[in-house]
Amino acid sequence: MDSVEAVTVTIRIPAPLRPATGGLAEVAVTGRTAGEALQDLARLHPDVRARLLDARGELRPFVNVYVGERSLRALGGLAAPLQDGAVLAIVPAVAGGAP
Amino acid sequence: MKAREQRLAALRRDIPQVSPAEARELVAGGAALVDVREPDEVSQGSPAGALRIVRGFLELRVEDALPDPARTVLVMCAGGVRSLFAAEGLRQLGYRDVRSVTGGFDRWKAEGLPVEVPRALDREDRERYARHVLIPEVGEAGQLKLLQSKVLLVGVGGLGCPAALYLAAAGVGTLGLVDDDVVERSNLQRQVLHGEADVGRPKVESARERLAALNPALLVREFRERLTSANVERLFSGWDVVVDGSDNFATRYLVNDACVKLNLPNVHGSVFRFEGQVSVFWPRGPHGGPCYRCLYPEPPPPELAPSCAEAGVLGVLPGVVGLLEAVEALKILLGLGTPLVGRLLHYDALLPRFMELRLERDPACRWCAPGASFPGYVDYEAFCSAAGRGA
Repeated sequence: MDSVEAVTVTIRIPAPLRPATGGLAEVAVTGRTAGEALQDLARLHPDVRARLLDARGELRPFVNVYVGERSLRALGGLAAPLQDGAVLAIVPAVAGGAP
Repeated sequence: MKAREQRLAALRRDIPQVSPAEARELVAGGAALVDVREPDEVSQGSPAGALRIVRGFLELRVEDALPDPARTVLVMCAGGVRSLFAAEGLRQLGYRDVRSVTGGFDRWKAEGLPVEVPRALDREDRERYARHVLIPEVGEAGQLKLLQSKVLLVGVGGLGCPAALYLAAAGVGTLGLVDDDVVERSNLQRQVLHGEADVGRPKVESARERLAALNPALLVREFRERLTSANVERLFSGWDVVVDGSDNFATRYLVNDACVKLNLPNVHGSVFRFEGQVSVFWPRGPHGGPCYRCLYPEPPPPELAPSCAEAGVLGVLPGVVGLLEAVEALKILLGLGTPLVGRLLHYDALLPRFMELRLERDPACRWCAPGASFPGYVDYEAFCSAAGRGA
């Protein structure tokens, strides 16, 4: 058995991002921190990366990520540790709708 | 001796009585004065500061207003007779110190004690808003408050139409409509204030007509303007609540920034296909919480925002979200419940699921952090649609 157990988490994909995940509304990824989980998401669905992360791997300012109901910002950012089975939600700024 | 007289004589022995002048002193010391006369009597004048509960509903409503049975209660009618019966009823409810005001309001007035003419709903409004007045948390006082309230709707589109419709029906006295757009046929799938015959007309115009037909007493102010840094403060001044029903980032950031600067509650809603978001941003209001920029300091560049071709929305979705915005606006106006401050309600119609997220204030926010000096308005590039349009 590995010294570090794999942590599997679910990431909820908002509708504006689903074209980048092949239409999936939820993606199961692994990662012991929020940053690792998002990197795994970007590995599985490369089109997500540019929408979510900047060149330095930081979260873009018009996207928020929540673990449960708490904002990643309040949990220490991308370094925030995740429990197995955690649910992450990506919530982008949405302009409005249907011009 | 008639039964009535016998009963009255017994009540006079039983119920302590005070003169109007004594009553006034007792009220100054913490007693409650309840005027139990009929609405048409009260509308001519009533002791200043009195509680007004009509005799017929006294036992049913008094506990909401006077929860403490140990408080001294002074009951008043016109001449001091009905108040004896009313006082007896209050005693049976458990109020321990109930007294009747001798000579009633007629003597109160004759002795030159302070009188006020209470604001009241007229007969038509009492009928129109009967289901509001019945709710103890709203009541006649709440309805009067709504009638004097002013709500500005930014955008008379998918979100603004349903919100305006229900705010008008609810009796919000003044609605402002900001939209520089004209009705297109493709709007009619969700923008329920406009009809087929309105295609090509300014949205603010067809919206006003529809709202006036619903509630003729409503005052509608039309602003057929695109929201810009140059007009946002002029348009936003003097309103109680702003409902953001816009469909583009340029407008949303102007709405946020002006609301922060003018300390206006910003009721926020947005939709995308089958999903909606609702929140209230009011960082300098009584509940604190973040502003929109705490969440999203800058709008996305056009190439990373969902393109217009990818957009689209289930027609009823902005109805759901616009009405949640209307609910929040009414709660703020009435001071009821807990506003959706510091929380984001996310609705996914397909699952379906309401998800609640906690929103954090950014202590370094350039717009709303305590002591931050206003950095000025920004006119972001309008992409995807013309600024000032409704979703």
